[in-house]
Amino acid sequence: MDLYEYQARDMFEKHGVPVLGGIVATTPAEARAAAEKLGGGVVVVKAQVKVGGRGKAGGVKLAKSPEEAEQHAEAILGMDIKGHTVHRVMIAQGAQIEQEFYFSVLLDRSERRYLAMCSVEGGVEIEQLAVERPEALARVAVDPIVGIDAAKAAEIVAEANFPADLAGPVADAIEKLWTVYKEEDATLVEVNPLVKTADGTIIALDGKVTIDENAAFRQEGHAALEDKDAADPLEAKAKALNLNYVKLDGSVGIIGNGAGLVMSTLDVVAYAGENHGNVKPANFLDIGGGASATVMANGLDVILNDPQVKSVFVNVFGGITSCIEVANGIVGALETLGDSATKPLVVRLDGNSVEEGREILAAANHPLVTIIETMDGAAAKAAELANA
Amino acid sequence: MSIFINSDSKVIVQGMTGAEGQKHTARMLASGTNIVGGVNPRKAGTSVDFDVNGETVSVQVYGTVADAMAATGANVSVLFVPPAFTKAAVVEAVDAGMPLAVIITEGVPVKDSAEFFTYATEKGTQLIGPNCPGLITPGQSNVGITPANITGAGKIGLVSKSGTLTYQMMFELRDIGFTTAVGIGGDPVIGTTHIDCLKAFQEDPETEAIVMIGEIGGDAEERAAAYIKEHVTKPVVGYVAGFEAPEGKTMGHAGAIVSGSAGTAQAKKEALEAAGVKVGKTPTETADLMRAILNG
Repeated sequence: MDLYEYQARDMFEKHGVPVLGGIVATTPAEARAAAEKLGGGVVVVKAQVKVGGRGKAGGVKLAKSPEEAEQHAEAILGMDIKGHTVHRVMIAQGAQIEQEFYFSVLLDRSERRYLAMCSVEGGVEIEQLAVERPEALARVAVDPIVGIDAAKAAEIVAEANFPADLAGPVADAIEKLWTVYKEEDATLVEVNPLVKTADGTIIALDGKVTIDENAAFRQEGHAALEDKDAADPLEAKAKALNLNYVKLDGSVGIIGNGAGLVMSTLDVVAYAGENHGNVKPANFLDIGGGASATVMANGLDVILNDPQVKSVFVNVFGGITSCIEVANGIVGALETLGDSATKPLVVRLDGNSVEEGREILAAANHPLVTIIETMDGAAAKAAELANA
Repeated sequence: MSIFINSDSKVIVQGMTGAEGQKHTARMLASGTNIVGGVNPRKAGTSVDFDVNGETVSVQVYGTVADAMAATGANVSVLFVPPAFTKAAVVEAVDAGMPLAVIITEGVPVKDSAEFFTYATEKGTQLIGPNCPGLITPGQSNVGITPANITGAGKIGLVSKSGTLTYQMMFELRDIGFTTAVGIGGDPVIGTTHIDCLKAFQEDPETEAIVMIGEIGGDAEERAAAYIKEHVTKPVVGYVAGFEAPEGKTMGHAGAIVSGSAGTAQAKKEALEAAGVKVGKTPTETADLMRAILNG
């Protein structure tokens, strides 16, 4: 899960990373109050969106007074930045910036360890810097067991060619940022820019943090960081039912088991759709391993409530999941829905208890259900029905 | 022949006494796996009875992996341990000198995986997973949760990130059969990689051709493609899932720099095709490509 800048700032502060004051606001009046609370001087009003390029889009504005902060917040709140609506702004204390640097530490999947990246040239498009002048971006491997200790932090600042007077304070900030990475189960901590202010202090001015949702069991505070207003209503409903669901734009509803097979099902439907008016999948829904009839019925309930769905493709290869449970879930859900169920279902079952599962569906003989034995054949049928 | 496991594999189950562990130990026993013990420090000295095709099989519980190895000569451990305890369980297996540990557990924090992978690599334990279905050498040994009745022994080697796609592909090619099918898992940090499996299949005299299944994210498939070009002389067919998948969580700018690739299905498909791998558009098409190669 990616965090908002203000959440990253709060997290930095908690672990002793030097940051400036920052208060989140959801209304212009709150923005004004926040600017007053920060001393009434110069502040920066910053749109809180999980996408880059907000400065160019007009989502970052300097305000010389609380009144001006209120005006800027008025303009920025509700703004659309690359498809993201701005619901919050952060009122950040102003600072006299003398120099800008870059630092990040992240998971390096390929090498199965961590990677620290650092540059004395910050505040720029770091991807561009990496391509155009790779020598200006130090890359230092970090052993997951050892982490970034004082020696490693010193190595990073040396590799990045920091001048002697800055090496110490920057290394200190890097050690604290590592504490954030480690203690918060992050997979990315990025500071761009890390700045030196006119009075010589090192400050993390803008932070980006990604946290590992698998660590939720030992990170009690993380649940509160979740972005509730961003979720699609169907996604929210699916989440409440503990279903792994993602809303997409097409018209063929998809239910399957196992992330790989469901992803493959989306592709196979889109491929079949090339012959049927280019219909596309309407969602990703993985009922997981060993799903019960209830889970299956819940999944169907979510999908049939999506107004964009015109047909549904249930694609299950029973490993641990029994086709009996899947078939019972389908029959049960259709019974509950009664006449309100109007969308055709194409069902393809294989694997564990496939014969019994198909028999249950055949016996129910529901007019909306078509059983097709192959995955490609079923995908073609579902695409055809969605295009009818 | 086969890779990683065979009829000589002696398997212990860490987490055997839990609900998942019991369920899958019964399934592994039923498919002929030589399960020689379970591990649970609180239940050391007891045993667990399993109904295996109508007969009762009693499996001894040991207090530690080291005890179980000393008593049984176990050379494979399979882990059904909850995420919060997985790291400690892997470290225990590594410290005991276990040659191969297969981690089925889903939801392990990536920090833990990165740490235990680093530790295992230093000490010489091969890991498969986490978040994987395990592996099966049909007719000899089944370590993990793969259904044993999909197909039997044959001449294809299979490596996949995904469990259900592994089952689907085994089903598609059930007329030919497999030497070993390995589900390596889809987590950001995994032990055994596509490349490790490709290398082992290339060296295995009974494997005549290889199916490689990938999916979006990371650059493992691109790296595997480069490896195939240099080192694999056996025919390889590929399948990549995730062309229509929603864009995953952005890792910030830094993530894109490290992966060196967009991580998209299209990029992976192109990399594989550039290495001479035939890539199917659906699992069925992929199986047909394999069948055409083997039937010449």
